[in-house]
Amino acid sequence: MARRLTPWRWAVLGLAALYFLIPLGASVVFTVDVPGQGVTFDAYTRILSTDGFVSSLLLSLELAVATIAAVLLLMVPATVALRLGAARLRPVVEVVCSLPLVVPPIAFVAGIVTVLKWGPEHLSRTPLFQTFVAIQNEDFPVVLVLAYVVMALPFVYRALDAGLRAIDVRTLVEAARSCGASWPQALVRAVLPNLRGALLNAAFLTLALVLGEFTVARLLGYRPFAVWIYNVGGSQAQMSVAVSVLSLLVTWALLLALAGAGGGRDRTASSRG
Amino acid sequence: MTAALPRADVAPVASAKRRRRAPGWLAVLPLLVFTAIAFGLPAFAILDGAFTVKDPATGAASYTTANLTGSLQGPYLTALLGSVKLSAVSAALGALFGLPLAQAVVGSRSRALREAVLTASGVLANFGGVPLAFAFVATLGNAGVLTAHLGLKDSGWDLYSFWGLVLVYLFFLIPLMVLTITPALDGLRSQWREAALNNGATGTQYWRHVALPVLAPSLLGGLVLLFGSAFAAYATAAAMVGSAVPLVTLQIADALSGNVLVGQENVALALSLDMVLVAGLVMAVYLPLQRRSARWLDA
Repeated sequence: MARRLTPWRWAVLGLAALYFLIPLGASVVFTVDVPGQGVTFDAYTRILSTDGFVSSLLLSLELAVATIAAVLLLMVPATVALRLGAARLRPVVEVVCSLPLVVPPIAFVAGIVTVLKWGPEHLSRTPLFQTFVAIQNEDFPVVLVLAYVVMALPFVYRALDAGLRAIDVRTLVEAARSCGASWPQALVRAVLPNLRGALLNAAFLTLALVLGEFTVARLLGYRPFAVWIYNVGGSQAQMSVAVSVLSLLVTWALLLALAGAGGGRDRTASSRG
Repeated sequence: MTAALPRADVAPVASAKRRRRAPGWLAVLPLLVFTAIAFGLPAFAILDGAFTVKDPATGAASYTTANLTGSLQGPYLTALLGSVKLSAVSAALGALFGLPLAQAVVGSRSRALREAVLTASGVLANFGGVPLAFAFVATLGNAGVLTAHLGLKDSGWDLYSFWGLVLVYLFFLIPLMVLTITPALDGLRSQWREAALNNGATGTQYWRHVALPVLAPSLLGGLVLLFGSAFAAYATAAAMVGSAVPLVTLQIADALSGNVLVGQENVALALSLDMVLVAGLVMAVYLPLQRRSARWLDA
């Protein structure tokens, strides 16, 4: 195959660069070039002091940490077990992890809203009612974590599966076991270090999902980061765009950090996942 | 190395085998229980609610298909068709533009370019939602930078329209296509092209008779994935057009927020079921295609 940069290739890449860079560039111009005020960085300096920014960002980060921890705790043992002895369960896990793709977030949240209504309607005299109230706590809505874990399952499954495909889990575990390691030790000290890239990949995808998630949070009436940006957009256009640009830059930085930490081999494994 | 080793070797393996079955089940069980609750309950609620009508006077619930037929009439049908049309057009354009871009990246020898484009695609494919909508409003909206500088408003440009949404959706659909199709393009062996050229084929013939048939499952799979992604998108449309363009996701959100008649919640659930059916169809096409194209990659 002719592997060189032909003019045709440059044209395609140039057009793509224009399409993807212009909105970002124009957004930056929009935030600093305010009509009637000239060039000002007001939109950026005001962000921190704006009502709700810190609390909504913190809420999103807390939700992200809880979601990442929960989804990895559920998925790592399950996917490792599929490689070791429970191969017959693979179709089951595969289907379970693909199901969330069939239910779009908006439909999923419609279902959640309905389930949450069962609390007051049918369960008000049972202990379950307290659970319903507890998971809807404004300060830390566990119900969002539950929803996000479900929504992250397909990505996390793919990332972990790709990572596990690249290593020989059975040999690793048996080697560790014959050296006297217990099951948890074999998992934590032999398998997990070899999965570093896949784990980071899964964690990043989940982080990106939670930080940007809007549909479920808004319709359940919570105010994490994305909902806050949306609310601010109504009254302070410049600042909402400034925050949008910053959030993209932060995502970019996280991904680059991930690419650096993951190393070359892991990255190819994950990019195929 | 004679007597002790075999025994030390065999014993742990045997015990591992004995224990293997129990940990295997136990390790998968939490996942299954969790999804049964966190996913199964809402899924059941959609199904149950979509077929239930509550009598406002007595509060008695009865099973009916009235919600579903209602969800396929009037403004709801318009919204559903609007969503399908928007998703089909943006998916087709996304595939059309994504393929040459991916080919330009795969065909170049520069590793840095490849890494940069794939990394950027990974970021941009996830850059949907509110920030994306605001970035485009700042660029091409009524007070947008380009709108003002190029005088687009006089030429009839309107971002808050069907084609405006297509333009914005492409921003995450093209990178998604690049990510989906790149492994398949990598799977095209240079020997195939050489063999075709040696047998007297032209470049166009190679593409028509060798490359495209091999790529077809991945291309179709990517197209379907893009369709599903555009179909499910809510945040971008909500932040950008409000309800100027009729979309099924916006209708569901309106019905759920309760700013319509009482009893519309169940129509929202029926609409959700409609969406699940469409998305299910998408996945039923996509997953076998993906498995088929994976064969070329692993070979």
